[in-house]
Amino acid sequence: MLKLERRPTPSQFWSRATPVLAVALTVVAGGIMFALLGKNPFEAIRTIFWDPLFGEFAWYLRGQLMVKAGPLILIAVGLSLGFRAGIWNIGAEGQYIMGAIAGAALGLAVFPTENRLIFPAMVMAGALGGWAWAMIPAILKTRFNTNEILVSLMLVYVAQTVLAMASTGFLRNPEGAGFPGSRNFSGYEAARNGFLWEGAGLHWGGVMALATVVAAYVLLQRHILGFQIKLSGQAPRAARYAGVKPDRLVVLCLGVAGALAGMAGLFEVSGPAGQISIDFNSGYGFTAIIVAFLGRLNPVGILFAGLLMALTYIGGEMAATNLGLPSAAIQAFQGMLLFFLLACDLLTNFRIRLAKREAH
Amino acid sequence: MKRRTLLATAALGLSLAFGGAAHAQDKTKACFIYVGPIGDLGWSYQHHQGALAVQKEFGDKVELAWQESVPEGADAERVMTQMALGGCDIIFATSFGYMDQVNAVAKKFPNVKFEHATGFKRESPNVSTYNARFYEGRAVQGLIAGKMTKTNKIGYIGSFPIPEVVMGINAYYLQAKKVNPNVELSVVWAFTWFDPAKEADAAKAMIEQGVDVIAAHTDSTAPLAEAAKSGGKVIGFGQASDMADYKPSPRVSSIIDNWAPYYVKRVGQVMDGTWDQVDVWAGIKEGEVEIGEITDAIPAELKAEAEAMRDAIAAGTYHPFTGPIKKQDGSDWLAEGATAPDGDLLGMNFFVEGIKGDIPK
Amino acid sequence: MFGGIDPSLLIASLMMASVPILLAALGELVVEKAGVLNLGVEGMMIMGAICGFITAVETGSPMLGFLGGAVGGAALSLLFAVLTQVMQANQVASGLALTLFGIGFSSLLGQSYVGIKPPHLGAVPFGPLADIPFFGKVLFGHDLFVYLSIAAVAAIWAFLKYARGGLILRAVGESHDAAHALGYKVVRIRVLAIAFGGAMAGLGGAYLSLIRVPQWVDGITAGAGWIALAIVVFASWRPWRALLGAWLFGGITVLQLNLQAAQAGIPVEYLSMSPYVITILVLVLMSSGRGKTALNAPACLGQNFHAAR
Repeated sequence: MLKLERRPTPSQFWSRATPVLAVALTVVAGGIMFALLGKNPFEAIRTIFWDPLFGEFAWYLRGQLMVKAGPLILIAVGLSLGFRAGIWNIGAEGQYIMGAIAGAALGLAVFPTENRLIFPAMVMAGALGGWAWAMIPAILKTRFNTNEILVSLMLVYVAQTVLAMASTGFLRNPEGAGFPGSRNFSGYEAARNGFLWEGAGLHWGGVMALATVVAAYVLLQRHILGFQIKLSGQAPRAARYAGVKPDRLVVLCLGVAGALAGMAGLFEVSGPAGQISIDFNSGYGFTAIIVAFLGRLNPVGILFAGLLMALTYIGGEMAATNLGLPSAAIQAFQGMLLFFLLACDLLTNFRIRLAKREAH
Repeated sequence: MKRRTLLATAALGLSLAFGGAAHAQDKTKACFIYVGPIGDLGWSYQHHQGALAVQKEFGDKVELAWQESVPEGADAERVMTQMALGGCDIIFATSFGYMDQVNAVAKKFPNVKFEHATGFKRESPNVSTYNARFYEGRAVQGLIAGKMTKTNKIGYIGSFPIPEVVMGINAYYLQAKKVNPNVELSVVWAFTWFDPAKEADAAKAMIEQGVDVIAAHTDSTAPLAEAAKSGGKVIGFGQASDMADYKPSPRVSSIIDNWAPYYVKRVGQVMDGTWDQVDVWAGIKEGEVEIGEITDAIPAELKAEAEAMRDAIAAGTYHPFTGPIKKQDGSDWLAEGATAPDGDLLGMNFFVEGIKGDIPK
Repeated sequence: MFGGIDPSLLIASLMMASVPILLAALGELVVEKAGVLNLGVEGMMIMGAICGFITAVETGSPMLGFLGGAVGGAALSLLFAVLTQVMQANQVASGLALTLFGIGFSSLLGQSYVGIKPPHLGAVPFGPLADIPFFGKVLFGHDLFVYLSIAAVAAIWAFLKYARGGLILRAVGESHDAAHALGYKVVRIRVLAIAFGGAMAGLGGAYLSLIRVPQWVDGITAGAGWIALAIVVFASWRPWRALLGAWLFGGITVLQLNLQAAQAGIPVEYLSMSPYVITILVLVLMSSGRGKTALNAPACLGQNFHAAR
């Protein structure tokens, strides 16, 4: 009989090898699913994993990888701090929306002034918008002891209504002939979050995401605050004896996550998306939760997890258009990949031993 | 790093020069991008039916490719770029929200034709826009609603307060009011295109308020299913697709988005090289808006009247927005005998006189 | 009241509107009481919706359809159980993956079922009782599952409070190490709880596709599973408060649509965000009053258990 035995420390080898193993297993299982759907499994797998990186149009798609991964990483790093401290902010989607609205509102208010400070100011406003939205659950939690899972989640739906109001009302493009949606930032140089160079795929959001990964890494490894966060997650009571103020931590973790999500929203609205519209949000805030855990709440892990998620999105799109796979199959495939990644993690923390059956 | 960038830029330049048609083949490749799943049985479903009609018409000579559930924004831009790179000759972008992305991608691929549904921006010569005059169908529904209501309360489930929807509400109300001066319209905004449970709740709320004719501008059949529970007291209409399952009642008629004629025509034009930039707003006349079978659940006389109106609209002898019409605030909009200019309709953000309630801002 | 809003109709329809989230929330409540956080409610609901729909259409029986929905939800939840209980995977991530997978997989299963009408399940025949003014509509005009969902509240409440099994379940959720030391099979109990949660979520989904909407379309649950999760928190893990939460949320949703239809003159955008805002406000009021209610969460919620020996 197989028996699990916890390793004293996580295995270095397996923590690197499991993602590879998981991808391999997903390829097999996904291949079977694609074959059942009547598609050539080899072609499908190649299109999803290989073509975006090394295929004919990789020069374009590699850049897109960062466009897609940037917001995921940015949000996930922020969330991971809270998750480590046991603070459950699952409303990043709302904070992302509100950041985009706040930042865009500032940019649109000063249109068409050209000034170099406009974009940085918008980024600040975006961060502030996300932060303020996250402060609602934070304050309710610290003041009234209200559960942050419920509040942050419910506020996503409220933010969506505000988004609809913004795009049909107060931020609507005055030259848009009454159609919903704000002015497009692509035509507004001072507020535009363009690619750093033509075809790069890297915009300021991507840069910010990379910087955040580094900053979070330093914070967790070297700073007392990082220690406090880790400690409160693992041993809340011990943390209190060590002088950690739980309320301060709640405000801080939610605030940082909100600000980063808000910034991600701003980078998206002023760059790739271009405008505030009714359907502006596309689930980055929720996907980022998966990314955070897939990266084991570790900034570097999150970087890779974000890139992997982005790869399946982009490769999945290609498989859908080129091979006619239903997008539902891609979603199921992504789900499978996550299952295998999560399951294979077992090998990092446990040793599998053959053991004699013992009486319990 | 530098070198690769240079290469990338060169490759982009190259693809610009060849318009992305690096995969020149005998087959014409027609590509479609949908905002929802093709299984939504509404908006995206009907566009996909149009795509399938193209395949049926040209058989082996065309190749189809499509992508469902593409969010508006960066994802749409990438999908269209991939399509253009992948050899698509014509790309149909079937949601209003793709507008800026269509124009951005079209600039990079001058040899690929782009068709954008319900938009108004045509920034380069390879972008066309097309739309359907759904309000024509709404007028026919308004006629039926005004005559059929016993409670004098009719309802309309709106999705978002955008001109497209506001236009439909006005057309529906004006016609109902014309045949039944006592009619009252109740509008519920669902703030969603697609949420069957919420749509059902909205229909239910209206029925509880005494509404007995329901039109919907959201995409699922849920409002009809709710009406069906009333045991024949409440009627409604199919929206986007025929929703024939609910015949003969509560679904007494429907508006069908029939994109097939336009798609077949435009793909054909790409094949014989006659494609040019257009801005089409077609209606009943061109067959783009179809009035689904009017069932026997309504009196034969009214059925004939509704069909006559449909034919008059098709013939161009009747325009649903014909003056005198005042705005909700009492100010004049259209003078006696004047018909609404397309520009006014496309940007419509006011209710006509008599409708209660505000358009959410 | 505004316009012609009839309170009896309002109450009757809020009872019906809240059934899916109530069923799913009750299931999740039991799961969380056992110390497991399964964020995949949305995925299990939608699997229940499609499995129930397919079963009902193929067999022609709505009741078998509900059974199929429960089985579908439970089957998906067992995947979660294997991941988290056997493979020791992270519960939050596994739950979210379950949602992603469920939405995709249900759409694949449902491809040939789009646009079909399912067999109809009518109201329970109470005969003359249904004609009693006010109470007839409120109490005696519903389909079977409205009553079953309320019965489930009572049953789960009694089980958790009085039954030996409920006590063990709670013990596992409060301290899996202690429960293990006492000789209870922590993993087995949790797997059973997860399967129960999946079955309940599946029932909720089937209610959507078979009664509430009733049809199959991609993404039919449209976020109901998330609301169910929020309801569990709102209820601070107590069954009767879950009923209250579901009715509050369902009630305000129905009420705001009624107010719109009745032209009450309240701006629509505020009405449409009201269910969420009011749920938050009520929770704030309740949690500030007693101070510690929000700390009612099972102590081992979300933590994996591995028996060292």
